Amino acid sequence: MPTLPPSKKPTLPPGLGSRRLSPSKPKIDRKAYSSDQDVRWCPGCGDYAILASVQRLMPQLDVKRENVVFISGIGCSSRFPYYMETYGMHSIHGRAPTVATGLKASRPELDVWVVTGDGDALSIGGNHLIHILRRNVNLQILLFNNQIYGLTKGQFSPTSEIGKVTKSSPFGSVSPPFNPISISLGASASFVARTADRDTKHLTQILRRAHAHQGSSFIEIYQNCNIYNDGAFFAFTEKATKPERTIYLEHGKPMLFSNGSKGIRLAGFSPVVFDLEEGHLSSEDAIVYDETSLELAEIVSRMSQQPDMPRPFGVFYREERPTYEQMLQEQVMAVTEKRGQGDLDKLLHAADTWTIS
Amino acid sequence: MGSDSSNTVKEVKSVQSLREATVLFAGDSGDGMQLTGSQFTLATAFAHNDLSTLPDFPAEIRAPAGTTYGVSGYQLHFGSVSVRTPGDEVDLLVAMNPAALKVNLSRVRSGGAIVINENAFKPHNLKLAGYGDVNPLDNEELLRGYQVFKVELSRMTEEALKDHNLDKKVIDRSKNMFALGLALWLYSRPIEPALDWLAQKFSSRPELIKANQHVLKKGFHYGETTEDFIVQYQIPPAELEPGVYRAIRGVESLALGLVAASTKSKLPLFYSSYPITPASDLLHNLSRHKNFGVKTFQAEDEIAAIGATIGASFGGCLGVCATSGPGLTLKAEGIGLAVMMELPMVIVNVQRGGPSTGLPTKTEQSDLLQAMYGRNGEAPLPIIAASTPGDCFHAAYEACRVAVRHMTPVILLADGYVANGSEPWRIPSSKDLKDFHVPFANKPNRKVEGKDTFLPYLRNEDTLARPWAKPGTPGLEHRLGGLEKEHETGSVSYDPENHQFMTTLRANKVKKVAQILPPLDVYGDTEGDLVIIGWGSTQGAIRTAVDRLRDGGLKAGAVQLRNINPLPSDLGSVLSRFDHYLVPELNMGQLVRILRDRFLLPFVKLSKVQGQPFKASEIVDAAILHCKQSS
Repeated sequence: MPTLPPSKKPTLPPGLGSRRLSPSKPKIDRKAYSSDQDVRWCPGCGDYAILASVQRLMPQLDVKRENVVFISGIGCSSRFPYYMETYGMHSIHGRAPTVATGLKASRPELDVWVVTGDGDALSIGGNHLIHILRRNVNLQILLFNNQIYGLTKGQFSPTSEIGKVTKSSPFGSVSPPFNPISISLGASASFVARTADRDTKHLTQILRRAHAHQGSSFIEIYQNCNIYNDGAFFAFTEKATKPERTIYLEHGKPMLFSNGSKGIRLAGFSPVVFDLEEGHLSSEDAIVYDETSLELAEIVSRMSQQPDMPRPFGVFYREERPTYEQMLQEQVMAVTEKRGQGDLDKLLHAADTWTIS
Repeated sequence: MGSDSSNTVKEVKSVQSLREATVLFAGDSGDGMQLTGSQFTLATAFAHNDLSTLPDFPAEIRAPAGTTYGVSGYQLHFGSVSVRTPGDEVDLLVAMNPAALKVNLSRVRSGGAIVINENAFKPHNLKLAGYGDVNPLDNEELLRGYQVFKVELSRMTEEALKDHNLDKKVIDRSKNMFALGLALWLYSRPIEPALDWLAQKFSSRPELIKANQHVLKKGFHYGETTEDFIVQYQIPPAELEPGVYRAIRGVESLALGLVAASTKSKLPLFYSSYPITPASDLLHNLSRHKNFGVKTFQAEDEIAAIGATIGASFGGCLGVCATSGPGLTLKAEGIGLAVMMELPMVIVNVQRGGPSTGLPTKTEQSDLLQAMYGRNGEAPLPIIAASTPGDCFHAAYEACRVAVRHMTPVILLADGYVANGSEPWRIPSSKDLKDFHVPFANKPNRKVEGKDTFLPYLRNEDTLARPWAKPGTPGLEHRLGGLEKEHETGSVSYDPENHQFMTTLRANKVKKVAQILPPLDVYGDTEGDLVIIGWGSTQGAIRTAVDRLRDGGLKAGAVQLRNINPLPSDLGSVLSRFDHYLVPELNMGQLVRILRDRFLLPFVKLSKVQGQPFKASEIVDAAILHCKQSS
């Protein structure tokens, strides 16, 4: 049996510390990660902000550019690898996790990122998503959720709300949406987070933490499609409504929102909103968020389906467990140690043989 | 032959020497017939006979006992002469129950022997087998012309084990060892390999070793002592090429070929697969060879298996996946991506009866056109076929070499018959295997405006392959993808002229594989009346048929195509030396279409889709009929 790594409990969750770039290294700017390809997304698309954030973040991470690989499926978001001056692959619809698994399993030293969308990851590629998460392949999965099929020009997606009027649902969609966070938790993801394209500071912080995590990091990124689903997340991203409609999860801190005037507490297994300014409850009554509690993550993830609840952002859950490629590698090493490095001629003769002269 | 008390009895038995024989063990799928057959095979290999086997079992793991559809069989043809097929007709049928007799009686030659487990011929089993109230053992008409040996296999097994303190089920399950012992005696095979195997198989349960070995010996001694068997047969060793031999199954040999390719090329083998009959055995085999650096990945589905293979190949590994017909269909889009990205990998298809789920445990060659054309767009790739169990090794090795040399996915076609079948195999030496060098790109390959640049789609003029640059190589960062590539730069391009150019280039690259093909090996006559053109597992039946046709005075030759895409460049000149062309295939005529597309010659097809390989006689009959009709 492979051995589990010694449990490390950092005071700060991985990725939350100071920037890892050592001062002695030459500063590499965003340009080093921008390819020579023209970016072809629609003007105003939320993808631009995500691309810029990633390109800015990469030089700050402690990785060599030649070891970075971006792998995508099909859809608007999946054009992403073409714009990164790294190794990359724009594969086929829904299958990026499979390619990434094969690559990471065979080359564990590479830094692999999967870029996908709501249709790519949750519809045609749903099976692969849950399996890569359960295996805990050490990579980052960025799911650009815009709740619409953009590249095929505007059909409802597996995250579109019921009643959504689109080209393929002129009288409203009758398919209930998935909650990507709940799916990933259900599939045993070891790092689950949500952020948004319009909050690049938070986005960068989450990406950094995801990268530092050892295992499959799943990040749902709310991304505005200004052509087919403009403003789908404005309630959570625009100044006027954001404080009231969002809550930022922070490990070890009370769940407060609306500039600290409201909180979330547990009534049985249900989260409920309470007012700190009116009534007898204080911030001490709010749930102290614990991102290592799967039970809490499950409960809080469900708030996304409750219209009267603020929408949670941040790290829902993280857990340290061995990665798939690590266990695979350890098995190869253990067998090799036991039996010795394979000898081809011996193997060919490893049966009852006879000689004819 | 370690028998203690039988020397005196032995003298009254006459020993008859044969050139070849065919034995068929048949019983319920729970009767252990596959084990019995494979142990008889091992003993036969030890007796230095040439051999060929046909395991034939139902898709259900334990089909209802006693039914005809639950019958599992293992046919074995062995001889002192060259043996290339599992035998057209059976010399000895061992029938463990009425259903086994019902299903297989027509395969026994006139005058052939049938050993019957008499105890299983009870009213209930007779009804299940469709014999109604009539016991065929009492029906002289039915068994006329055969030598029938009624043996109380079940009762004698029970008798032998009555003091072993085992439960009834375990005792009943040992009766196949009695049958094996008897068959070993009948054909003068050594009993030791089976005794050793039992000791290994049940190493943690000594009581079962003892019981099974005891029953095995009982069966052997029964042959010696009973007066029913007055003749014992002997088949002298075959004259095989000098060398060190082992018995090998197709899947084993395929797995070894892949490990050999990995070792010689120094490319780590990454093998990805979703369980599917009959390809799963390859996964089982390779997952044991981890100390060769082999990583096996049991994927969540067929599509994930090809995806992971693509990922590993992109990472600079030897990516291989295997599947069977329906799985190849699911992999089609992934293979198309590999064609577009020009990454080397091998996709093994162990074909089975189709369409759809079809006949999962039966053999067929009906995926050839799927392999050729079963992808969207113009997506040609090299196709290689394995012709015998031992040849699977060489075909797998060659498929890997072609894939890497030309930077292309290669489909390797095997089938249930060649994968499950066994034969004696002359073990190659690793140093005699063809050189397998992999030149990874490690520096920029073009100056663009004074700047060192890496062009991922620059071509090797000789092979038309593009460079293989592994992630982790500084300065060679590049993106691949399914969108059309611009010539040399690999940038996304929708340019009409470029698409035409690249489509042609990909096709020409596959044609270039023909450069390295050895001259065709024409079996039999190299010119004359008739040439039989086949591919894959039909080689044995075709060559046997050619021998018989030539014995009959026909000038006949045979070509077995290892490479179907591209076809060998000397095929046209070989064909031109014959008057008639017969193309036998276990499908409705697929290679024949490819040949007609290429050559304006009057090819005649011979189709068979019964889940069974060709008998040589079927090919002989078709050849004679065709030559008669057209003369």
